[in-house]
Amino acid sequence: MPRWPGNLEKIDDYRWRIPRDYKEGMRKPGLIYASADMLPQILSDQAPEQVANVAFLPGIVGYSLAMPDIHWGYGFPIGGVAAMRVNDGVVSPGGVGFDINCGVRVLSTELTKNDILPKVKELADGFFNAVPSGVGSKGAVKLGSREIDDVLAKGSRWAVERGFGRPEDLDTTEENGEMKDADPLRVSSRARERGTPQVGTLGSGNHFLEIAAVDEIYEPDTARAFGIHDIGQVMIYIHCGSRGLGHQVADDYIRDMVRAMQKYGISLPDKQLACAPVFSPEGRHYLAAMRSAANYAWANRQCITHAVRQAFCRVMGITERDAGLALVYDVAHNIAKIEDYVVEGKTETLCVHRKGATRAFPAGHPELPAKYASAGQPILIPGDMGTMSYILVGTEMAMQETFGSTCHGAGRRQSRTAAKKAMSGHEVLADMERRGVTVRTGSLRALAEEAPGAYKDVETVVDVVHGAGISRKVARTRPVVVIKG
Amino acid sequence: MRVDYKYEYIEHTADIGLKASGNTLAGAYAATAAGMFSIMIEPETVKETEERRICVHADDPESLLFEWLNELLYYVDAQSLIFSRFDVTELSDTDLVAVCHGEVYDPGRHEMKNLVKSATYHLMEVDRKENRIQVIFDV
Repeated sequence: MPRWPGNLEKIDDYRWRIPRDYKEGMRKPGLIYASADMLPQILSDQAPEQVANVAFLPGIVGYSLAMPDIHWGYGFPIGGVAAMRVNDGVVSPGGVGFDINCGVRVLSTELTKNDILPKVKELADGFFNAVPSGVGSKGAVKLGSREIDDVLAKGSRWAVERGFGRPEDLDTTEENGEMKDADPLRVSSRARERGTPQVGTLGSGNHFLEIAAVDEIYEPDTARAFGIHDIGQVMIYIHCGSRGLGHQVADDYIRDMVRAMQKYGISLPDKQLACAPVFSPEGRHYLAAMRSAANYAWANRQCITHAVRQAFCRVMGITERDAGLALVYDVAHNIAKIEDYVVEGKTETLCVHRKGATRAFPAGHPELPAKYASAGQPILIPGDMGTMSYILVGTEMAMQETFGSTCHGAGRRQSRTAAKKAMSGHEVLADMERRGVTVRTGSLRALAEEAPGAYKDVETVVDVVHGAGISRKVARTRPVVVIKG
Repeated sequence: MRVDYKYEYIEHTADIGLKASGNTLAGAYAATAAGMFSIMIEPETVKETEERRICVHADDPESLLFEWLNELLYYVDAQSLIFSRFDVTELSDTDLVAVCHGEVYDPGRHEMKNLVKSATYHLMEVDRKENRIQVIFDV
C-alpha cells in the first residue's frame, strides 16, 4: 500500500496526533501511541487513515485513539479505541470486530519449567487432543436443545454450573464472564446454529494454547498479587473468541446498520464504520447481541480452561490442588462497553469501543475483584508464537487518556501470503524447535502464516504503553509449548 | 465436473483477498465463491456428493456479494459443507440464486488451510461492466 499521505504531529516520544483538519468531517483529532521507530511501518499500512475516519463518528469524545499494535482493520483499525457519548453518540460493530470477545486468559501454576521439560511432548499431545482446534472444529461440549440460550445469557457462569471450572474463576474474569443486559433473542438463529457445535473449541488463525515460563519479573509485589512469584514459573495461556457465532452476529448487525445509516442521516467515509445511535433500536439490539456473543466467548474459554486443567494434571500425574492452575485473569480485546469517564471535568457515560485493545483499569477501580483492589487489573499481552508474552497492570493514566485501554498483543506486520512465501510450515516448526518451543498444529500451512516474522515486535509495543504510562510491565513469559488451531 | 474459475489472491496484512472474474457477472459471483473455498481447501479434493440451492437478497450488488459469500460460510460452519462448483442461475442487482455442489468436510481427505471467517466490505468492488469482483476476507 502507498504511504499514508498525512502528517503525524509529535506530542512526545510515545504520542502522535492526527490534527482535526487533516480530513474534513473529523469531529476530533486522532492520537496514535507509538515510538518513532514504529512510524515507518505504521505509515505504510494506511491504518492512520482509519484512525482519521473513526473521528467522523457522531458523539465521539476526546481523541480517536490507536494503540501501538495498530494495523489495518475493517473500518476501525486493529488497536483502535473510540468512545462515544451514549446520549447522542453511536455504536459501531466494526469498532468491536468480527471475532466478538476474542480475548485471552492466563492460569498460574505451582510448577517450574524444569518440572515440565521432561514431558513437553506429552503435554503438547495432551493439550492438542483435549481441545478441538482447527477449521470446522466441533464436538467438544454437547449442548441440549435451547441450551445455547443459557450460554449466551450466562457466559462463564453457565460453564461453571455445568462443571467446567471453579466458581472463583468468575471473580477473575472481566465482567465475571457474564455481561448483564445480554439478550439471546437478539442473536439470530443462524448465529446460534453456528455456535452450538463449537462450544469448547479453539478455532484457528491466531487462536492458540500456550504453556510458558516466567523469565522476568518487573514488579515483584504486583506479580505476587497476581500469583506470579518465581522466575521459571509455568503459566498457561488460552487465546480464542466467539467462533462462528460472533462472526454471524457481526455480519447480521453490520447489515442492519448499513441500512440504518440513511434513516439516521449518518454519512461516513467507510461503509465498514456502519453504526447507529446507541439508544436506537438497532444500537440497543446490537449491544444486546454483542453481549451475548461476548458471553459465549467467555463460556468457551471457561470450557477450554477445564479441559486444559484436566490434561495438564493427567500428563504431569498431579492433582489440580498441587498444580495450582488458578485463573489469574481473562480479558477481552474486541468489545464495546458502557463505562463512565470524566471528560472535561464532567462525568459522562460513554460507549467505549476496544477493537484489538484491552481494558486497563487501575488499582481501586470498583470493577476489580477484591484480590486485585490494591494491585490493579492484570492485562495479558500475547506476543507471537516464538518469542515472548507480557503481563501488565492498568494505571490511572489509562483512565485519564485512553478510556481505560491499552494494547492487545503483537500486531501483524506481514500479510499471510508474504509470510507463507518467507517460510514454509516445516521451516517454522524447525525454527520453533531451535528456539526451544514445541508446537502442535492442525495445519502446517496455517502455521506458516503465524510465523514470528509475520508479527510486529511485542516488546516494542509493550515498551510504548509502558513508556506512555497507560500500563506497567509486571512480568514476561517465554513459550515452551504452543498449540495452534 | 471440473470448472476452471478465474481468480487470483491479493495480499493484505491481516487477511486474504481475491480478484475474480467471469464471462458474465453471474460467472464472476461464482468464481468469487470458488476462490473463497480455495482459500480453505484444495478444490480438486472436493467431490460433488451434496448440493444446496441458495437464495440471497440484498439492497445492491455489493451487499448481495457480502450476503452470498457469508451465506456460503454459514453452511461451512453449521453443516460442515465445502463447495467446489457454483451454478448461479439467477442474478439481479438485488437477488442471487445458485445451486452449489460439494460435500461434507472430511478431515481425512481435506486439509483445511485457512478458515475464512467472513467476507468484508473493505476494498470491495463489483464491476458490472467488466464482470470483475474484488473482495477481502477476514481469516
